[in-house]
Amino acid sequence: MSEEQDDIILSELSDDELVPQIHDDLYDGMKEEIEESVHILLDRGWMPYDILTKALVEGMRIVGIDFRDGILFVPEVLLAANAMKGGMTILKPLLAETGAPRLGNMVIGTVKGDIHDIGKNLVTMMMEGAGFEVKDLGINNPVENYLDELEAGEYDILGMSALLTTTMPYMKVVIDTMVEKGMRDDYVVLVGGAPLNEEFGKAIGADAYCRDAAVAVETAKEFMATKHNQLSA
Amino acid sequence: MAIAVDDTALTEKGLDAPEGKLGRVLLLACGALAHEILALKRLNNWDHMDLQCLPAKYHLYPDKIPAAVEDAVHKHRDDYETIFVVYADCGTGGLLQAKCAELGVEMVEGPHCYSFFEGNDVFAKTSEDEITAFYLTDFLVKQFDAFIMKPMGLDRHPELRDMYFGNYTKVVYQAQVNDPALDAKAQTCADKLGLPLERRFTGYGDLATALSDI
Repeated sequence: MSEEQDDIILSELSDDELVPQIHDDLYDGMKEEIEESVHILLDRGWMPYDILTKALVEGMRIVGIDFRDGILFVPEVLLAANAMKGGMTILKPLLAETGAPRLGNMVIGTVKGDIHDIGKNLVTMMMEGAGFEVKDLGINNPVENYLDELEAGEYDILGMSALLTTTMPYMKVVIDTMVEKGMRDDYVVLVGGAPLNEEFGKAIGADAYCRDAAVAVETAKEFMATKHNQLSA
Repeated sequence: MAIAVDDTALTEKGLDAPEGKLGRVLLLACGALAHEILALKRLNNWDHMDLQCLPAKYHLYPDKIPAAVEDAVHKHRDDYETIFVVYADCGTGGLLQAKCAELGVEMVEGPHCYSFFEGNDVFAKTSEDEITAFYLTDFLVKQFDAFIMKPMGLDRHPELRDMYFGNYTKVVYQAQVNDPALDAKAQTCADKLGLPLERRFTGYGDLATALSDI
């Protein structure tokens, strides 16, 4: 694909050609090409939200499927994410200006004792791409960090991440503390990370275990739709 | 007699137990521990023990370890009085411990080899203050490219380094033996990750104790 890439002049592609080309460029982790294409579509009058959803998020959805199916591996996903980040950086301030739909608010962070954040960062980016406002607390978060932030803002979802079998039990500490403070039922709690599984998620009292960023987005959307329906009823 | 073992083979294929029943104890180990176990066998004249190693690369996919251990236990169960599993939890989230209990075999205590080389008690106390340390053992120094550079894609995409290692502050090289060549290679590994190196001689730590108790 890279040899063909040399011959492609992005600005000469029609919209119908450029969007699939963006998907291909995301797949190949070509950050500069993504940034150029985003600027081209903006110049052509595309709404930032349409560029985000139809070009970038859809491209990353394809990447996510091939990662799940074992066709792509972590390095390729990281390159794709890095390319998407380039596009997101251009679009993010414009999304706020143009009133893009917001699906909900989320706090996310890696738990205490754990400094791994690749998965968390992917989830953050995909959640933002899907229309969620995400407050990223970073790494190594004690329970106070999560609870203080939840109490300080208006959040719907708490996301926790861990890569180590030695740190993932800390998620239960956070959830148990939420229960003690009577605030557990106010939030959807999503957990994820390589050593986790569905049984672990259930055992610690999370609402759902999300095996990857795409599942996290879909799960969050489902919970928000349920909440919306309950409020409407 | 020393057995020559190739590190690449230990990573990819493991090591087969010797043919014909030689000992009464089978050590079913991670390939990353072969050199250390063979050294302890030599030092202590543990001729009653044979060694079978599973591929060290299973550490890249910890979910494969319990099933592979189970297969090997079933394969060798009738040939030995005792089978001892020389793995720590190794990222299996307790599943290996549960599998060993189900199979009625014992295993090494601890979360991973970094812990039992340093001594599980010491590691439990120090590791909380060292969450930004990236640990290497002798084997991982020797097989750095196979375990770090290639699977993480850093050989092809060095620009990913900081996405993986940006939150780490140092490489801790736990040396099982004193070898200036390995020290130099550990420094090269740390340089590749852009992190300072701290060398810590551990020897065989709790591994020696665990094997001597069998």
